[in-house]
Amino acid sequence: MSVTNTPVAKKATREGFGDEIVKLGKENKNIYVVDIDIGKSCKTTAFMNAFPNQHVNVGIAEQNGAGLAAGLATTGKIPFISTYAVFGSLRMAEQIRQEACYPNLNVKIACSHGGLTPGNDGGSHQAIEDMGVYRTMPNMTVIMGADYHSTRKLVEKAANTYGPMYLRFTRDAVPMIYDENEEFEIGKAKQLKDGKDVAIIANGDTVYLALQAAEQLEQEGISVKLLDMHTIKPLDREAVVECLEIGKIVTVEDHNILNGLGSAVSEVVAEEGKGKVRRIGVQDRFGESAPYEKLMELNGITIENIVATAKELLN
Amino acid sequence: MIELKETTIEELKEKAIELRKAAVTMVYKAQSGHPGGSLSAADIISALYFKEMNVDPANPKWEDRDRFVLSKGHVAPIQYAALALRGFVPYETINTLRQYGSPFQGHPDMKKCPGIDISTGSLGQGLSCAVGMALAAKRDEKEYRVFAMVGDGECQEGQIWEAAQTAVKYELDNLIVFVDYNRLQIDGTTDEIMPLQDIEKKFEAFGFETKNIDGHSMEEIVAVLDEVRGSTNGKPKCIVANTIKGKGVSYMENVVNWHGVAPNDKEYAQAMEELAGGLK
Repeated sequence: MSVTNTPVAKKATREGFGDEIVKLGKENKNIYVVDIDIGKSCKTTAFMNAFPNQHVNVGIAEQNGAGLAAGLATTGKIPFISTYAVFGSLRMAEQIRQEACYPNLNVKIACSHGGLTPGNDGGSHQAIEDMGVYRTMPNMTVIMGADYHSTRKLVEKAANTYGPMYLRFTRDAVPMIYDENEEFEIGKAKQLKDGKDVAIIANGDTVYLALQAAEQLEQEGISVKLLDMHTIKPLDREAVVECLEIGKIVTVEDHNILNGLGSAVSEVVAEEGKGKVRRIGVQDRFGESAPYEKLMELNGITIENIVATAKELLN
Repeated sequence: MIELKETTIEELKEKAIELRKAAVTMVYKAQSGHPGGSLSAADIISALYFKEMNVDPANPKWEDRDRFVLSKGHVAPIQYAALALRGFVPYETINTLRQYGSPFQGHPDMKKCPGIDISTGSLGQGLSCAVGMALAAKRDEKEYRVFAMVGDGECQEGQIWEAAQTAVKYELDNLIVFVDYNRLQIDGTTDEIMPLQDIEKKFEAFGFETKNIDGHSMEEIVAVLDEVRGSTNGKPKCIVANTIKGKGVSYMENVVNWHGVAPNDKEYAQAMEELAGGLK
């Protein structure tokens, strides 16, 4: 794969969704966006202006938005419900379970403000449980791209793959890791580095941190295998099993350490009966108003802690 | 287009009795299910499935069909009775309600049963799905209509009103909502549990065109459907149907406990005997 050498450019992954959905809406008239008032923030305004006939805004009524999307899906539409992650997961969780997952309808939930990225909005708006909630629902796919370009590719794949899916984006700008030609497959981890001493598995906005940590470890002579596990369900089990040849795995996620990427990886490791895992993520506690970087630091989701945790595992 | 043969009011009344018998038989054989609300909805279901709705049992996913959303999904037996009598499934399927492998799941399941347009069962959610279907018809410039049935107790759910405001915003005059106003829910009367106030005025205030009928008068049901058919006034329709829970089986009528209880042998025999005599 090709990794941009010195990533300096940054873009919020919600922008990736907003740009890609316009392209998809033009190609396929069945692509719909169901907004829940916050279209401006979720970057769906361009879609709304370009394709008013494929756009619905239900106002501040998430549950109804979910049900309406399911109704659209029964007629062959491919609705993308667009809102913030905390509402798109928890406020409409039961509606998505009953009306999208249970009947296995082609409903996509596309959410900005994933994880701690809505830092200054405070703990009420930071989505730390969302991927875990959806991971437990049968038929559901759960995805978070690491940067702008990978998010665009994953949104495109989601639109062209049948089934209910949850896609999560960042509010804040995150570094661009991939170039626009990089291809992604839902459920297939992207290997960023191959190594033999320690494996790091990250997703979403933590992939860049993991990449920096890996480079620092390499400078200290430690060989790192690094995976971008953009899809946590279905999990690329094979890729995790391959990490067991190394046997030492650090997971990194901008999500509660319960029931997200770290848990998914740990399940495989436990079932295989070998290897050790250290989970870096939100420490099962609510956030507060603070800069995103400060909140990440409070939870130990930092380059320094990834490096330290990898070294601890090696000793 | 599939055209149903002209069904007379007398024939629809007979079908409503057959539907009731089938629904009660299902619940009796399963020894589980919801007879009370199935019986209150029976006459409307008869008019929809044997006259009004443009559906094709041989092609249940026909894209131009009228849709039916049973938002009060627990009264599935009455919809299953209609699907069995219309030939969506073999009639004998009524013997399999709630059994392993049956298309007749405890609550409607669109993956398992032909003729179910959306899975329901969790109250308050179906109307939103119906709005999505009706909106798709408008956007695709299709003629099909969407019929939804909601329970009165179900209108205690906030999502019903979220869906209602959306139906009005998008001018879904192709959406016809029946409220099965039988005034009972599991724990008691709707007045005791959570008063609905004037349900018709509430829908009217949201912007619906509303009607109020006796939900057991086939004449009134047919008349109201004649009235709303072909409407292009931009208003979704709400038909408040005043009904009696358990209608047609004397000992079930207006008795809270028959919400979700199956009849025993003796009760079943009495029910069949009473239904054979028609509605009182």
